[in-house]
Amino acid sequence: MIGRDLLGIEDLDRADIERILETAEHMGEIGEREVKKVPTLRGRTLVNLFFEGSTRTQTSFEIAGKRLSADVVNFSAMSSSLAKSESILDTARTLDAMDPDVVVVRHGVAGVPKRIADVLEAPVINAGDGAHEHPTQALLDLFTVSREKGRIDGLTVTIVGDILHSRVARSNIYGFLKMGAEVRVAAPPPMIPPAIETLGVKAFTSLREALDGADVVMALRIQNERLAGSYFPSVREYAATFGLDRGKLRYAKDDAIVMHPGPVNRGVELSHDLADHRPGVILDQVRNGVSIRMAVLYLISGRRPSGGSD
Amino acid sequence: MSRDEVQQTGPGVPRGARTILDETGIRRTLMRIAHEILERSEDPDQLYLVAIPNGGVPLARQIAGNLQQIADLRVAVGILDTTLYRDDLTSTNERPMLRRTEMPSAVDDRVVLLVDDVVKTGRTIRAAMDALMDFGRPRAVQVVGLIDRGHRELPIKLDYVGKNVPTGPGENVRLLGEFGGLDGRLAVVIERGTSDLAMEAVGGGEIG
Repeated sequence: MIGRDLLGIEDLDRADIERILETAEHMGEIGEREVKKVPTLRGRTLVNLFFEGSTRTQTSFEIAGKRLSADVVNFSAMSSSLAKSESILDTARTLDAMDPDVVVVRHGVAGVPKRIADVLEAPVINAGDGAHEHPTQALLDLFTVSREKGRIDGLTVTIVGDILHSRVARSNIYGFLKMGAEVRVAAPPPMIPPAIETLGVKAFTSLREALDGADVVMALRIQNERLAGSYFPSVREYAATFGLDRGKLRYAKDDAIVMHPGPVNRGVELSHDLADHRPGVILDQVRNGVSIRMAVLYLISGRRPSGGSD
Repeated sequence: MSRDEVQQTGPGVPRGARTILDETGIRRTLMRIAHEILERSEDPDQLYLVAIPNGGVPLARQIAGNLQQIADLRVAVGILDTTLYRDDLTSTNERPMLRRTEMPSAVDDRVVLLVDDVVKTGRTIRAAMDALMDFGRPRAVQVVGLIDRGHRELPIKLDYVGKNVPTGPGENVRLLGEFGGLDGRLAVVIERGTSDLAMEAVGGGEIG
């Protein structure tokens, strides 16, 4: 059973994920109506609490909340990732006094959404915390693959890029493994976390080997400025070795799909021709993101802890 | 369809349940309702059958088939899930499973016939009317119910009724059967000692 909060894919089991994906399938239909709104969360308040900027994710949650008729409040609390945890919890308590029904939290430090969930009455959805998890991104990726391929079980999924710093990679690894896919990661050695294989994935430092027979290829965004020089010699060299283009994609299956959580660094993670030639799936990811967030909001927001207040 | 044909046994009637309308009875009732619809419709070309899942779906399809048979009339059949419009979502902790919505044609200026299997409080019909309005502005909305149990809590009346079944406390009425299509064998049963809520959970089968 899906818990009170959604903090990570690690906490979900396969049945939970299937329930969310099935709910999202029905939510997608609402977006195709003339009136793209249902009254389900009328009178409920959704607070977006973002300590780290993310226009895409925040907008996606905002649209999802509004399609379900929730009142959406964006509480932007930009601060350095080194902000003292006391001040974060104070912010959370202040927020709690305003009686929100669901709070979406993004923070640059792993574990902050959990700490906020511990003090809040309202359920918390993690919208990305440090290098820990980004569960709704993984759910929308699972949803996109399941719609494109008709299944997830038995597929081979190759994640390419900065596995070490990526919460998207971590959440997707948990998600695809739980749904029965084979997961491979490919990156320059410093970007592969030690002991990653204990999670059940196969790690490759050769992109060609990692792509061999893949059904799904997922490129991660490279934070050029932060990483160049320390994790790989130069952006140009990264693009030459791990950047995806049509030539390298030949090693994957003919019908392989190419995904990217966005925004794409063109010419780095994806060549221009790939970003232009197969933009379909990447834009589907964005569209599916709204359906997934509607599903998650429907399933967890406004629920009261059973047995009254605690 | 072929799989349904193989299944000759039909739905099993649970212990303690009594059949109040069997397959033949349901077919006759839906044929009578189809005749009534034709008789009372000024402009049958504007009709649009909208089923409330799951129980309404096989009934609406059967009525559409009957209309075609009787009057060579092709009536569109839509499916409208009312779950997201329920008025009890905020008071329960459990989130019900959503069901399919498929509205193949526009509702504007059509005479919409909402089709449900069992009508009791009228709350589902209220939710369906709200949902319908999000798809456009029908010229009129009418309600077809295979079973009317009474116990209305909202000012909603049925335009076409299959059978009135007054029920007492602790009694429940539901449609059993294969929610797959016209070949499914259906039966309406009345049973004792089960709460409505438990029955709703049981009735939430998949539609084909």
